[in-house]
Amino acid sequence: MNCKEEAIALMHKYLDDDLTQPEEKKLRLHLQSCSECQAHFHELKRTISLVKSSSAVSAPENFIADVMSNLPQQKKRNHYIRWFRNHPFSTAAAVFFLMMFGGVFSAWTEDQQVTVSKQENLVIQNQVVIVPEDVTVDGDLVVRNGDLRIDGAVNGDVTIINGDILEKKRVQDSPLDGEKYMAYVSGEVNEVNQVFEWMWYHVKETLEGVFALGNR
Amino acid sequence: METLIKQKIKEIKKGDQAAFEDVVSFYQHKVYQICFRMIGNAHEAEDLAQEAFIRAYTNIDRFDERRKFSTWLYRIATNLTIDRIRKKKPDYFLDAEVKGTEGLNMYSQLAADQALPEEEVESLELQTYIHKEILALPPKYRSVIVLRFLDELSLQEIAEVLEIPVGTVKTRIHRGRETLRKRLRHV
Repeated sequence: MNCKEEAIALMHKYLDDDLTQPEEKKLRLHLQSCSECQAHFHELKRTISLVKSSSAVSAPENFIADVMSNLPQQKKRNHYIRWFRNHPFSTAAAVFFLMMFGGVFSAWTEDQQVTVSKQENLVIQNQVVIVPEDVTVDGDLVVRNGDLRIDGAVNGDVTIINGDILEKKRVQDSPLDGEKYMAYVSGEVNEVNQVFEWMWYHVKETLEGVFALGNR
Repeated sequence: METLIKQKIKEIKKGDQAAFEDVVSFYQHKVYQICFRMIGNAHEAEDLAQEAFIRAYTNIDRFDERRKFSTWLYRIATNLTIDRIRKKKPDYFLDAEVKGTEGLNMYSQLAADQALPEEEVESLELQTYIHKEILALPPKYRSVIVLRFLDELSLQEIAEVLEIPVGTVKTRIHRGRETLRKRLRHV
């Protein structure tokens, strides 16, 4: 057997617990006859036990506390990211709603000017839209960013966005007059003042639109 | 133990930072040992071992729970340490011997309150010598020798930690073992 190559290779295989039985027999036979390889083998085994004998080192006493106090606090953010990753549908829905309401919200804050859907015969004074006594508005009336005073009559729904219905003092005096006031408006009266209502209004309008399409 | 660690890792993934303390407590000495034997001095070893745990924590989401956690953790530690060894200026190797003894000296002082019997002093010297000889190995042999004989990992585990084929692990162990044999034969 070639000592330099084969025998030493077998020794390492033996030390790695990789030796097959015939190989082991071969190595044992060789070691019995070759003192040089015997010495080599002995040195290798001794080297390993020497390395293994070097005492195990331990981490410093304060190690755990040091690690724990140095942990990043951004765990929360990771948590959200993980949540998003695990719930793609909810994430998509959340993004959709954010963008939708974002759009509605920006439309809400966009213009602060008084606008009215039907301009004919209406008077606009200091952010107040007045339906004069002798005027009857046919169809729905929408007022944005202003108050509405109805002295005349409206044949349809009234929607006031970011404003109030101003009632004459005398109208408020008695419930009967209240009814009288209601009589001026043949349809519904909606007031939209809060962003939430504004959104609700949008949603309702969209849904109504959808159903109206469906009914056609 | 692995099952307990797996449980802890689930808790950490849910955001329970405190559960990580048990993981650190369980692996601290092994990780520290790997870093210390490879880098050679206590101060840097502590620094590296800490960094390894912090990285494990921040990347815990990337840990595949079907794998062995220790393998993953040791990989982080060895990679960090090998990086550090590479970045070190070459002149480090000149004073490696001085630095290398630091840890053991500090260590021995803890137990050195009573007067040491002569043989223990001798064995301490021997240990310091062995430690220095391990450090004198090129890093790629050093890492396999440390993992194999000090942390007693299997060849397969070493291959996974270092992300090299088992055959390469064997070759490196053989060469490292031969080199150490030449250095330690006269001890």
